[in-house]
Amino acid sequence: MVIRQPQLEDKFRTDESGRYGEFGGQYVPETLMHAVLELEKGFKEAISDPSFLQEYHRILQDYSGRPTPVTFCERLSNQLGGARIYLKREDLNHTGAHKINNAVGQALLARRMGKRQIIAETGAGQHGVASATVAAYFGMPCKVFMGAVDVERQALNVFRMKLLGAEVVPVHSGNGTLKDAVNEVLRYWAANSEDTAYIDGSVVGPHPYPMIVRDFQRIIGDEAREQMLQKVGKLPDAAFACVGGGSNAMGLFTAFLKDPVRLFGAEAGGKGVATNDHAATLTKGSVGIVHGMKTFLLQDRNGQITEPYSISAGLDYPGIGPEHAFLSESGRATYEAITDNEAVDALITLSRLEGILPALESAHGLALAMKKAKTMSPEQNVLVCLSGRGDKDVNTILRIMDERNGGKVNDDEDE
Amino acid sequence: MTTRMNEYVNRDRGMMFIPFITAGDPDNEVTIELALMLQSIGANALELGIPYSDPLADGPVIQSASKRALSHGETLSEAMSLVKTMRQKGLNIPVIIFTYANVLSQFGLEAFFKKAEADEIDGLLIPDLPYEESRALAESCRKRDISLISLVAPTTSERRLRLICRDAQGFIYCVSSLGVTGVRKTFHPDVFSFLKRVRQVSDLPIAVGFGISSSEQVDQLEDYADGFIVGSAIVSEIGQRSNQLSDPLQRPAAINEIRQKLCQCLLAPIS
Repeated sequence: MVIRQPQLEDKFRTDESGRYGEFGGQYVPETLMHAVLELEKGFKEAISDPSFLQEYHRILQDYSGRPTPVTFCERLSNQLGGARIYLKREDLNHTGAHKINNAVGQALLARRMGKRQIIAETGAGQHGVASATVAAYFGMPCKVFMGAVDVERQALNVFRMKLLGAEVVPVHSGNGTLKDAVNEVLRYWAANSEDTAYIDGSVVGPHPYPMIVRDFQRIIGDEAREQMLQKVGKLPDAAFACVGGGSNAMGLFTAFLKDPVRLFGAEAGGKGVATNDHAATLTKGSVGIVHGMKTFLLQDRNGQITEPYSISAGLDYPGIGPEHAFLSESGRATYEAITDNEAVDALITLSRLEGILPALESAHGLALAMKKAKTMSPEQNVLVCLSGRGDKDVNTILRIMDERNGGKVNDDEDE
Repeated sequence: MTTRMNEYVNRDRGMMFIPFITAGDPDNEVTIELALMLQSIGANALELGIPYSDPLADGPVIQSASKRALSHGETLSEAMSLVKTMRQKGLNIPVIIFTYANVLSQFGLEAFFKKAEADEIDGLLIPDLPYEESRALAESCRKRDISLISLVAPTTSERRLRLICRDAQGFIYCVSSLGVTGVRKTFHPDVFSFLKRVRQVSDLPIAVGFGISSSEQVDQLEDYADGFIVGSAIVSEIGQRSNQLSDPLQRPAAINEIRQKLCQCLLAPIS
C-alpha cells in the first residue's frame, strides 16, 4: 500500500462560521441561534482555560480510567499475515465506550455555563447511558430523547438510563428513530436553552457541535499517537475507525491529520450498498442539509430524509459529521462500506483470537482494517479504534448465530 | 416598483391575517379550496407549507400535517403548481412558500425561481436558514422580486436584530414564543417589549406568529404589530376533518365548518 503525503493540513481547522470546506454551518431556526451562539462563546472560553482542561483530564483519569491502552493483536496479525494490528482500547472506558469522553467534557462545560439540566438524544442508547452517567456524577437532572421504536428495541439501555436517574422521553414523531430524537431534542432545547445544556453525542449537528465533540474526543488519537511512538517507535501506516456520525473516528483522525498516516473510515454497509438497507452515507448519499448542518446524507430526490439501516444501532444515522464529508471530498481520508456480515465475522475473529469482544460498531472499523492489513507487509503497522465493547450486542449476535447455523457458536458444537 | 407583496402586506392594512396551511394536507384539491376560503375571510397573504420529513421548527400539529401530505408523495414542485391553479380560480393575495432548506436545495435555486415566476409566487420563508446562512439567497431573491421573509425571536440579540431587519424583505416575522410552532395559551412575557424593539429598528410591517389561536391574543397584539400568522390552530382544524375533506361530497360542509370556526375564534372582534 502506498502512503500518500497529506496535503491541505492547515485547512482542517474549523473556520469562524463552522465550515469544513462547503460542509457544516448553522442551519437552525432563529429560535436556536441564541443557544448555539452562547454555546460557541462558552466553549471557546472554556477550552482556552487551563483549569478547565485540567479538570476534564482529571475526571477522565479518575472516573473513566484513562489513558486507555493500545493492545497489539499478535495472533490476529499472524493469522492475517500482513500488517501488525494495534487496537486503541476505548472499550475499556467507564460505561464501555468512547462516548464518555465527550459526555464528561460537555457536562463540565454545562456546569461552567451555569446550566441546571442536561438533555441528550440517543439511538441505541450508548450516548444516552453516557449522558445519564455524567449527569449522575455531576448531580444534574437529565432527559434523554429516544425514538419510540428504539425504546422498544433497546429495552436494556432504557433500563440502564433509568437506573442512573435519567428520564427517558420516547419520541413518536417521524419514524420514531434516532433522526427524530435529534429533531426533538433540538426542539426542546430551543424552548429551554436558558437553563438547559444539550449534550450532542457525535460530530454532527449545527456548529459548534462538530467542533466541540471532536475536541473532546481527540484525546483518543492524541493518546494513541504517543502510545504508538513509545511502543513501536514510529507512527502507524494507517488508522481505522467506524463511522456513524463519526465521533470516535474524528477523535482518532484529528491527531494524525498532519502525519503521513492513511486514514480509513468504515461506514455501515448493512445488507449491501446495492440494497436500500444500509447507512453508507458517503458511499451512497448526496449533499444536503439535515440537523443543522450541510453534509452528505441519505435522501430521496425530493430532499426527504430516508431511514438508514445497520445491524449496529450506533451506525444507524442518515447523515455524517461535516468534517468527515470534507476529509472525504478532499481525499485526506477514505471511507468504505462494511456489511453486517463482514462486521459480525470480524467480531467473531477478534473474540476467538484475542479474547476481546468488540461492539458491532467497532467491528466495522476492525473488518476494514483486516481487509487492508492483508494487503500490507509485516513491517507495517495499523491502528484501529476499538470504540466500544460488545456486551450490549450479545442478543443480536446470538440471533445471527441462530440464523447462520442453528444457534451453534462453534462449528464443532454438539446439537 | 410595487409588488403584490407590498400591495397586500403593508402597515396601512390594519391587523393583517396571514394563515398557514400545509400543501397536500390531506390532498391537493382541498389545499386549493382552503386557500380560496382563507382569502374570502380576509387573509392578506398565504403561507403555503411544503411537507418535510424532518421539520425542526414545527410542533406536533404541523409535523402530523407534513406526514399526511408526504404519505401521498407531495413535492415542492406539485405544491408550487397548486398556486397557479389557485390564481386561475381567483386567488389574488401574495403566496409565500414555506420550505425547509434541504427540500429547496434538492429542487435547485434556479429551478425554484423559474417556477416561482411562472406560478406567481411572491415570497419564500426557510425556517432553518438563519441570517448568517441566507446572505446569498437574499440577494438572489431581491433580484427576482421574491420576498425572503426573515424571522426574529425574543432571544435574538440587539446586534443581530439590526442586521436582520436591515436586510429584511416583505415583512418581519416575529416569533412570539420560544421553541416550535404550536398553539399556546399565553405569550412569552418578553414579547411586547420585543415587538417594541423590532418596531424601532424596522419600517417593514411586523407580523407575529407561533402559538396564536384566539381573537383575545390578536387583540393583545394590536398595539404592537401589523399582523398575525396562524398555522397550527388552522392545521389542527384541517387534521380533525381529514376524512370529510378527502371525500368530495363532504368537503364543502367541512370547509364551511373550518371557515365558521376561524371566524368565531380568531377573527371575531372583541367587544
